[in-house]
Amino acid sequence: MSIKGKAYVMGAFEHPTREAPDKSTPQLHSECLRGALADAGLSKDDIDGYFCAGDAPGFGAMSMADYLGLRKLRHMDSTETGGSSYILHVGHAAEAIAAGKCSVALITLAGRPRSEKGGGGPRGGGFAAAPEAAFEMPYGGTTHNQYAMCATRHMHEFGTTSEQLAWIKVAASHHAQWNPHAFLKEVVTVEDVVNSPMIATPLHRLDCCVVTDGGGALIVTSPEVAKSLKRPRVKVIGAGEAPKGTYGGRVDLTYSGAAWSGPKAFAEAGVTPADIKYASIYDSFTITVLMQLEDLGFCEKGQGGKFVADGNLISGVGKLPFNTDGGGLCNNHPTNRGGITKVIEAVRQLRGEAHPKVQVANCDLAIAHGTGGSLGTRHGAATLIMERE
Amino acid sequence: MSEHKPAPAARKIFPPAVNTETEKFWKAAEAGTLLYGWCLACSEPHYYPRSFCPFCFSERVEWRAASGAAKVYSYSIMYRSPTGPYTIAYVELAEGPRILTNLVDCDFEKIAIDAPAKLVWKPSDGGPPVPFFTLA
Repeated sequence: MSIKGKAYVMGAFEHPTREAPDKSTPQLHSECLRGALADAGLSKDDIDGYFCAGDAPGFGAMSMADYLGLRKLRHMDSTETGGSSYILHVGHAAEAIAAGKCSVALITLAGRPRSEKGGGGPRGGGFAAAPEAAFEMPYGGTTHNQYAMCATRHMHEFGTTSEQLAWIKVAASHHAQWNPHAFLKEVVTVEDVVNSPMIATPLHRLDCCVVTDGGGALIVTSPEVAKSLKRPRVKVIGAGEAPKGTYGGRVDLTYSGAAWSGPKAFAEAGVTPADIKYASIYDSFTITVLMQLEDLGFCEKGQGGKFVADGNLISGVGKLPFNTDGGGLCNNHPTNRGGITKVIEAVRQLRGEAHPKVQVANCDLAIAHGTGGSLGTRHGAATLIMERE
Repeated sequence: MSEHKPAPAARKIFPPAVNTETEKFWKAAEAGTLLYGWCLACSEPHYYPRSFCPFCFSERVEWRAASGAAKVYSYSIMYRSPTGPYTIAYVELAEGPRILTNLVDCDFEKIAIDAPAKLVWKPSDGGPPVPFFTLA
């Protein structure tokens, strides 16, 4: 069974806050739900499926479902793949809808890492009981230095340069200048990036995403519900997911799980990377974008540096407009998880509702792809392909 | 960047949690021996060691002593650290597996991919000693 054409993204809301010291995390989830319902033209009791991940406070999906007053649920899913969870949830929602398990699925994300001063530091908490913990936690692994090791190896094998990586941030900043909600709105240059302070070699501060409070919500519906609504219809046509790990010591840092999730999604959708008009590509760091673009097939493995250089990712300038909201690098990385904003901006593009300065002409086919967890150890990759109907 | 040489004992080393499956590994660590997993069914090495082979799923595994010789697979010098810079790395053991570690007691400027490295042990903060590597 394929999910192609079985579900539509009919509600998408990105919380405008980037710093929310005066709100609780559950409250932010509720505001995201409110925004997505208004966007879709639905009410709370229309929701019969709920999807959330590790950012949702409490007991799986139950605490938030109870708090939000979701009383009509007949399907729930709290699959956790880090920042990619919400991209993966759209695929799971489409599966559930195709199987008749629900018809209006809600996905929420929210959190306050900026207010709570938690920005990618050493992993603790629930990770301490993981089987790998004793063999990894002593080494001070953080999001920054684990992703950075991938960049070091990529540079060694393929000759990728810091300047090429910097172009990814430059492109994101060109887009962010038009987003009034973007955390960083200033256009930067390659020189700005490579001259910013070194965080974890070879990644500089401007190779890293922002740390922001906030959140988002998505509503995925059956075709019947979609047709009853007044919003433009964004059809889900392909989804893929895959884990990647350290494989008992057969570590290879040059590729990501996108190498598996991408081909699955493209095959289901029946399209190729060359067909894609707009790409939302998870940008926790510049290297994340570069490796995922290669693994998704937008260029040959090892050629990502050349592909992203010279503005090729800038809307209206290059061949592959990406992250036209400014992405995680400039706009928003709510609760250190950027998956939901990737879907939201792709939906804006497909509806023709992106900022006019970055709107892709005739944008009828878009991809949203994410990496959740650590590129350098284990992560969950999720790819979603959507079409304007 | 020579001013960024690691400050000795700057960073507390998180103590590994020992469980019944991995107790033998950490006992060997106390004696200065790094163990890796070896599968008697498929003749493949693995790391971190566990009670079965992650490749063929056989339980006929034994834990063997690594020579301590390795080479650098990748690394990153971490500057965003309140206790001073440190280097996280994957090294490839002479026996095959690539393992996460830190490169310690060496000039950061001399670290390079494929550089030879050797095993050293460092105390953890209240737990068993932890395997680290330095440039050979």
